[in-house]
Amino acid sequence: MADLNAGSVVAARNAADVVTTKMTARNVNVYYGAKQALKDVSIDVSQENVTAFIGPSGCGKSTFLRCMNRMNDTVASARVEGEIKLDGEDIYKGGMDVVQLRARVGMVFQKPNPFPKSIYDNVAYGPRIHGLAATKADMDAIVEGSLRRAGLWDEAKDRLGESGTAMSGGQQQRLCIARAIAVDPEVILMDEPCSALDPIATAKIEELIDELRGRYAIVIVTHNMQQAARVSQKTAFFHLGTMVEYGDTSMIFTNPSEPRTKDYITGRYG
Amino acid sequence: MADQTSHTVKSYDDDIHQLRSLISQMGGLCEAQIIDAIDALTRRDAEAALKVVATDARIDALEGEAEKLAIQIIALRAPMATDLREIVACLKISSVLERIGDYAKNIAKRASALAQAAPIEPMVIVPEMARVVAVMVKDVLDAFVDRDPELALAVCQRDQTVDNFYSSLFRSLLTFMMENPHHITPSTHLLFIAKNLERIGDHATNVAEMVHYSATGHLISERPRGDDTAFATSAAA
Repeated sequence: MADLNAGSVVAARNAADVVTTKMTARNVNVYYGAKQALKDVSIDVSQENVTAFIGPSGCGKSTFLRCMNRMNDTVASARVEGEIKLDGEDIYKGGMDVVQLRARVGMVFQKPNPFPKSIYDNVAYGPRIHGLAATKADMDAIVEGSLRRAGLWDEAKDRLGESGTAMSGGQQQRLCIARAIAVDPEVILMDEPCSALDPIATAKIEELIDELRGRYAIVIVTHNMQQAARVSQKTAFFHLGTMVEYGDTSMIFTNPSEPRTKDYITGRYG
Repeated sequence: MADQTSHTVKSYDDDIHQLRSLISQMGGLCEAQIIDAIDALTRRDAEAALKVVATDARIDALEGEAEKLAIQIIALRAPMATDLREIVACLKISSVLERIGDYAKNIAKRASALAQAAPIEPMVIVPEMARVVAVMVKDVLDAFVDRDPELALAVCQRDQTVDNFYSSLFRSLLTFMMENPHHITPSTHLLFIAKNLERIGDHATNVAEMVHYSATGHLISERPRGDDTAFATSAAA
């Protein structure tokens, strides 16, 4: 009988054997006022694999994602306990430059949110405020490189002066990814990056995620389990503020260990 | 593993239930076909044998239905985890059962040929061997219905008994043919019948492996290989 766990054939889709841990979280608890939104979450995110967070609405997956570049700082009632490290450095320690942190840990949101500026300026914005380009030529190179890596160059090169908001939804989202890439981040967090896109635009983003894999540590939150299965090598399932199960995507979707994971991914939840 | 709670979308449960009952029907028919074919053989009833041959078409038709439904579920429901394993298992089990049906049909064809020939003595082992095989098929389908990996494992372990029957029948038929060339035609038919039964036993263990995988997510590790008497030369036998 053939090995149903399919070893060699789909090796490329499986989690990398040797991994470099990029971010670690230990016993993270998050409260919004008196309400606890996350309970004791511990996880390692690697450079080589795309990590997907799945779970029903309100399970804490986006909350956790937002802890990873301190986006929860902007929520007045939010309180984060525990430890989150980027390359071994505690991102919540005193004196951490949050703006610098968010350049290293970029984010792409659910709804494409390009600035009401030209395509060029959307991409150039980050490098400009972080002073990454000395000359106009440097900046041109960064903009072109970022748009190329985001798979948008061919569509954008002849209209760099046009407003980013004039692009289609899928192009806008790729523009946001180009904008995130432009400051040369180490980690890219994606919060439901395709939920506002049609299937073709979604496929392009998924292909892009696959191309960016390895170069950046990528974490994606998605409601679409098929998407998690398609783009990630590691999957974490969240439920009611706890991380129920974390493992190789191929195992989570064929043979999850936890009954709650099974119920959720097979559509038996609630 | 029988604790399958319902899907939020109820019609999904209906689809899976329908697929599983198609497999159960196929299994029930296969079991009956084996018993009826051997019954026709022992009673030397050519007419009953031909009825078994004709009934095989029903198993083939059910396989087609099961395959269509399984593909439809995969396409429309995007099954995951336990559901995915179960549907893949159903798909594979249906094709294995179809093969089992073919073997039963072949036994029946030979039974109708043997009904015309003089009865031979090694014949007496065959019904007992068939009984063991039919119970394996029955048990493996019970394991499927109950999603019971332990029962599936038990069926696998019984395959050795069938192999032993086959080896012993092979030896006696060989001796028998050497003694008298007139025995060659009926003995050859009987040898093929025994071989068919032995193959059904193997297929029942294949089904058991799929039931086990579907229920647990783990493969049964490699089973020990059987005796190789059947490959011995006539001098050695």
